[in-house]
Amino acid sequence: MFQSVVTFLSSDEFQTVVAALNSGFGVTLKLFFVTLVGALPLGLLISFGSMSRWAPLARPIRWALRRMGREGGKGASALMRFRPVSLICRFLVWIVRGTPLVLQIITLFYVPGMLGLFSWGGGAGARFTAVSAAFVINYAFYFSEIYRGGIQGVPEGQKEAGQVLGMTKSQIFLRVTLLQMVKRIVPPMSNEIITLVKDTSLARVIALQEVIWMGESFMKGNQGISGLVWPLFFTAVYYLVFSGVVTVALGRLEKKLSFFR
Amino acid sequence: MEILNVSHIEKHFGDTRVLNDISFQLERGQALAIIGSSGSGKTTLLRCLNFLETPDRGRIVVNGQTLWEAGQAGAQRESETRLKRLHFGLVFQAFHLFPQYTALENVTLAMRLLAQEKPEYKQRKKETLASIEQEGRELLARMGLSDRAGHYPHQLSGGQQQRVAIARALALKPDILCFDEPTSALDPELTGEVLRVIRSLAQEKTTMIIVTHEMAFARDVADQVIFMDGGVIVEQGDARQVIEHPRMERTRQFLSRYGQG
Repeated sequence: MFQSVVTFLSSDEFQTVVAALNSGFGVTLKLFFVTLVGALPLGLLISFGSMSRWAPLARPIRWALRRMGREGGKGASALMRFRPVSLICRFLVWIVRGTPLVLQIITLFYVPGMLGLFSWGGGAGARFTAVSAAFVINYAFYFSEIYRGGIQGVPEGQKEAGQVLGMTKSQIFLRVTLLQMVKRIVPPMSNEIITLVKDTSLARVIALQEVIWMGESFMKGNQGISGLVWPLFFTAVYYLVFSGVVTVALGRLEKKLSFFR
Repeated sequence: MEILNVSHIEKHFGDTRVLNDISFQLERGQALAIIGSSGSGKTTLLRCLNFLETPDRGRIVVNGQTLWEAGQAGAQRESETRLKRLHFGLVFQAFHLFPQYTALENVTLAMRLLAQEKPEYKQRKKETLASIEQEGRELLARMGLSDRAGHYPHQLSGGQQQRVAIARALALKPDILCFDEPTSALDPELTGEVLRVIRSLAQEKTTMIIVTHEMAFARDVADQVIFMDGGVIVEQGDARQVIEHPRMERTRQFLSRYGQG
């Protein structure tokens, strides 16, 4: 038994498969990190948009009502509460969260060309760019809702304490709110990031050669090997190891932030 | 010398009028206590003075400088409001210390941020920060908290947290220090230490406005007392006289419920 395992592990076939899976996993990792680097800051921007209180009609309507010497009715107060930035952001959150990521990848890859807007070009590089864009957008909108929850969960009194100390809005956000928000969002973020580890496999819908695509390729035929089933199942090891690493890293972060409550 | 002149302040929340024609003056070095039952408008008044709420009518003058005048509300820019707030300090009922900072950092944060805005900050960074830290430590020492400088808020008792909050409010040397029911969130055995600190501030002739339910404390520490009910000032005058020999029936009823403190 032991002998046969050693023979298998040192066989050319095993070596070839592992090398291919490694290169596929390299693509998976690259997509994972590109998504995080893009979506973490973009999500914060979107969350600011969703929380925007900018109501451009409020002031002119109040002014007009005062000029006419009238009280505003229901219609006027609804218009005064019209917040276009927040509305647009929340609408987009609904669209992005309400449709499958696979569909978003396909749409983003094919539709610009079909409409004659622009083309991502050919080759693996172009496919990677298109997939990255889809992932960044999709995850940014999910993250934005996590951020929003985190920011709104910080008690109003914290903001007010900053205000009475003469702090500016950005000082209050950076020095007071931000770290408290980060602490609050680590658990839901961890969930989302672990999902991302596995979601990267959806990129193979436009033939990005990530690890699952590689695993599957040995069934159909790759480098003279075909009809092999085990490489596809073996990819699970990569995901498990990687999500393990991510879990430990996020656990450390959570512990690091436990110095305050 | 008159330091604060508040005239004809009015504030509505929707259709409810929470403050109506509030006028009073305060002399430098005096302590004013505001008493009244919950919902009488005491806290809203303090919040108006600290620009956490904007009054609908009236005027606020500090040291002869008009900080707020209704009708010019449109011209209230956040950047100006921010500096006006520095005339007042506010100690909240629920402390609102920044949980991610130590006691000392809570006290010095605003001083550091203001120092950074000065043009000469970069050249004299070291000395400036050293003197700010020194000041912070002295303030904590005055509060009897020298040995707690490095503690985080969650490691402190309620009374200690409130004393840190007082030091934090004093750090910016406000013209007028406001307290919003500073002992209401504390266990009874912890109120003493906070009241002692406020008492010593009064002895040092700190100009203060104290919203409180501690009648005996108001009588002993304050020079003037204002009794509010239903958003109006029912009675105001010398502290001992108002609390021991109120002229108005409503004041008498209120005080009898508190057993005269």
